[in-house]
Amino acid sequence: MKKEERSDQIKKVTKNLAFWTLLWVFSLALATFGPKFLWNENTVLSTLAILLNTSFGAGMIWANIKHLKILDELQKKIHLEAMGIALGVGIVGGLSYSAMYIANIIPTAEIGILVMIISVSYMIALTIGKKRYA
Amino acid sequence: MKNKLKVLRAERDMTQADLADALEVSRQTVNAIEKGKFDPSLPLAFKLAQLFELPIEKIFLPSEVE
Repeated sequence: MKKEERSDQIKKVTKNLAFWTLLWVFSLALATFGPKFLWNENTVLSTLAILLNTSFGAGMIWANIKHLKILDELQKKIHLEAMGIALGVGIVGGLSYSAMYIANIIPTAEIGILVMIISVSYMIALTIGKKRYA
Repeated sequence: MKNKLKVLRAERDMTQADLADALEVSRQTVNAIEKGKFDPSLPLAFKLAQLFELPIEKIFLPSEVE
C-alpha cells in the first residue's frame, strides 16, 4: 500500500467512524427526548427509536473495529492501552458512583456521567500515549 | 532494545517519512522505533531487514549488548 493509498484509507475509515458516531448520537437524542417532546410517549415509536439507536450503535462498533484494523502496530497499541485504561476507569469509577448513590451520598446517578468519565479518560490516555511515543 | 535504524536510514539518504512509506507505517512509529521507545513486531522487523538487506541482528541489538 503506497503513502497516498494508506492515508486515503485512514481518512476514509475515520470519516466512516465519525459518520456512524454522529448517527448514533442523534438517534440516542431522538430515543431519549422523542417520547416526551415528539410522539407523546407512543410505545411503538419509542421502541422503533430505540431499535434504530441500537442498530446505529452496532454500526459505530463495526466502524470502530475497521478504524482499529487500519492503524499500524504502534497506533493500535496506543489506542488499545487507552481503551483498557478507559474501561478500568469506567468500571471502578462507575461502581464507586453507584455505591455513592446507594449510600445516599448523591441524590441521583446518571449513566451520562459514566459515559463522560469513560470518554474523558480515553482521550487523556490517548494523548499521554501519543506523547510517550513521540 | 537499541537499533541502528537511524544510521542505516541516513546511509541510504532516507527520511523518516520515506522509511515509514516503505514500511507502510506512520512516521511516528518509525521515530519511536529509532528512539528505542517501541519494539517492532517480528513481521515489521523482518520487513526492515528485507528493506536494508541485512539480518535482523545487524539492525537490532539484544538487551545484553546495549
